[in-house]
Amino acid sequence: MSETPIAKPVPEASPALAPFFAAARAGRLVVQRCAGCGALRFPPRELCSRCLGLEATWQDVSGRGEIFSYNVMHQVYHPGFAADVPYAVVIVKLEEGPKITSNLVGCPVDEIAVGMPVEVAFEQLSPEVTLPKFRRRRC
Amino acid sequence: MTPKGRVAIAGLGLTPQGQVYDRTHVGFAVEAVRLALEDAGLARTDLDGLLLNPGLAWGDAAMGSFMLQQALGLRELRLSASMNLGGATAGAMIQHAALAIAAGMCTTVACVFADRPLKPPAERRSRGGEPTGSAAAYAFARGLDAAYGQFGINAIYAMVARRYMHVYGTTQDDLGAVAVAQRRWANMNPAAQFHDVPLTLGDYHASRWVVEPFHVLDCCLVSNGGAAVIVTSAERARDSKKPPVYVWGMGQGHPGGDPAERLASGAPLAKRTAFVMAGIETSDVQLCELYDCYSFTVLVTLEDYGFCRKGEAGAFVAAGHTAPGGTLPVNTGGGQLSSFYMWGMTPLVEAVIQARGEAGERQAPRRDVVLVSGNGGLLSTHSTLVVSPLPS
Ligand SMILES: [Zn+2]
Repeated sequence: MSETPIAKPVPEASPALAPFFAAARAGRLVVQRCAGCGALRFPPRELCSRCLGLEATWQDVSGRGEIFSYNVMHQVYHPGFAADVPYAVVIVKLEEGPKITSNLVGCPVDEIAVGMPVEVAFEQLSPEVTLPKFRRRRC
Repeated sequence: MTPKGRVAIAGLGLTPQGQVYDRTHVGFAVEAVRLALEDAGLARTDLDGLLLNPGLAWGDAAMGSFMLQQALGLRELRLSASMNLGGATAGAMIQHAALAIAAGMCTTVACVFADRPLKPPAERRSRGGEPTGSAAAYAFARGLDAAYGQFGINAIYAMVARRYMHVYGTTQDDLGAVAVAQRRWANMNPAAQFHDVPLTLGDYHASRWVVEPFHVLDCCLVSNGGAAVIVTSAERARDSKKPPVYVWGMGQGHPGGDPAERLASGAPLAKRTAFVMAGIETSDVQLCELYDCYSFTVLVTLEDYGFCRKGEAGAFVAAGHTAPGGTLPVNTGGGQLSSFYMWGMTPLVEAVIQARGEAGERQAPRRDVVLVSGNGGLLSTHSTLVVSPLPS
């Protein structure tokens, strides 16, 4: 007897993240840019912790970066991931500086290494939500 | 004027630990205070200060210390606060109590931690195989993390540990050496949850992964229970039933920024204040009770206090220095990896037992200068205490 697998959690396109998801749907990766001091940041926050400025815009980034760190999840915390363990979660340090937590697609977990060059690859979860993920980049 | 030797720990209370369900978190807190007063030979009416570090079960606990005051039936308190710096809170509570006593605001303060994150097995429900026991207690996800499958504090700490291992060449064997050394201590501690379970490095490698680079034996236990200590002036402590444990030095360090970039705790900053106050150097420390939410945290902390250079703690532990019979006994009750998980109270409780000379089979040979660390918020909050059975 087969049961319908439980879906992975789909993030809510909250007002704070709406520009991020709008860009992802269009195949672009964006981060916040402080209007006061120009510092880039991700995930979005209401203010800049460098200059305390409140105004910010969203800016395209290259989508290129490297694996800053990663873990390999063996424990199932959500049934949507039961079929995936062990799977890796990665922190990508973008060329522009900010770090983004994501997954690496098309790469076995035992081949992931700190410092590995990666580039963004978009995965559509629903009509509203496309999730930026990453894949290996040959340099 | 420094508070060195002017304030002491006069009483210690520890409830049964682990999979115990017969009380609520408030009930465990009350029991821990009752035991601590009994240990000190004091009455409830002697208390005029109450500091609480609320565990997860307290919820937001904005008025936790008041709730506990009412449950304990305490009147006429002159000091009260709920405090939370994660694992650094226990040390910070002692510090706030010591400052208030030294300033004349109050005389005798109970510092308390209690939690009940584990549900009785009969009350656990799982939808699709997700954990319901200890793994469930700390399984929150932040922001977008859930979409990428990043759940729980273990996963976030694993990111910092992996980066650290990459930068400093620390190996899985090094992490395992911490777990094995602490288990050897736990095997001599009747109060340790793993008292009866020996551990080899082979067992460590064979144990299941939780989230690489952490095996389950790299991660602290999760325990229900309570712990309390009574802090009072040195003069009053000398009238206590038990030998006083004097506070020689204390400090805090909260470095800010990204711990995965820093790869260091707040210990260097906290240590500076505490060691100057105590009038000691790193080489004077005879015994360490270090906050060990993970095996990894012990390595970082040993380096940050200067017992080893950065990246060398793995080899230091693997060589047996921190184990029974070693040159620098560390986490002599088994720590949070092998004894019980009362946040920062775990190292503090063992420090009091050792400083009093009450540790029995596991008593460290030298106990005049005992270092206690607390660490919270992913290497982001830190407290240091230096304690001793000698007044100065
Ligand atoms: Zn700014």
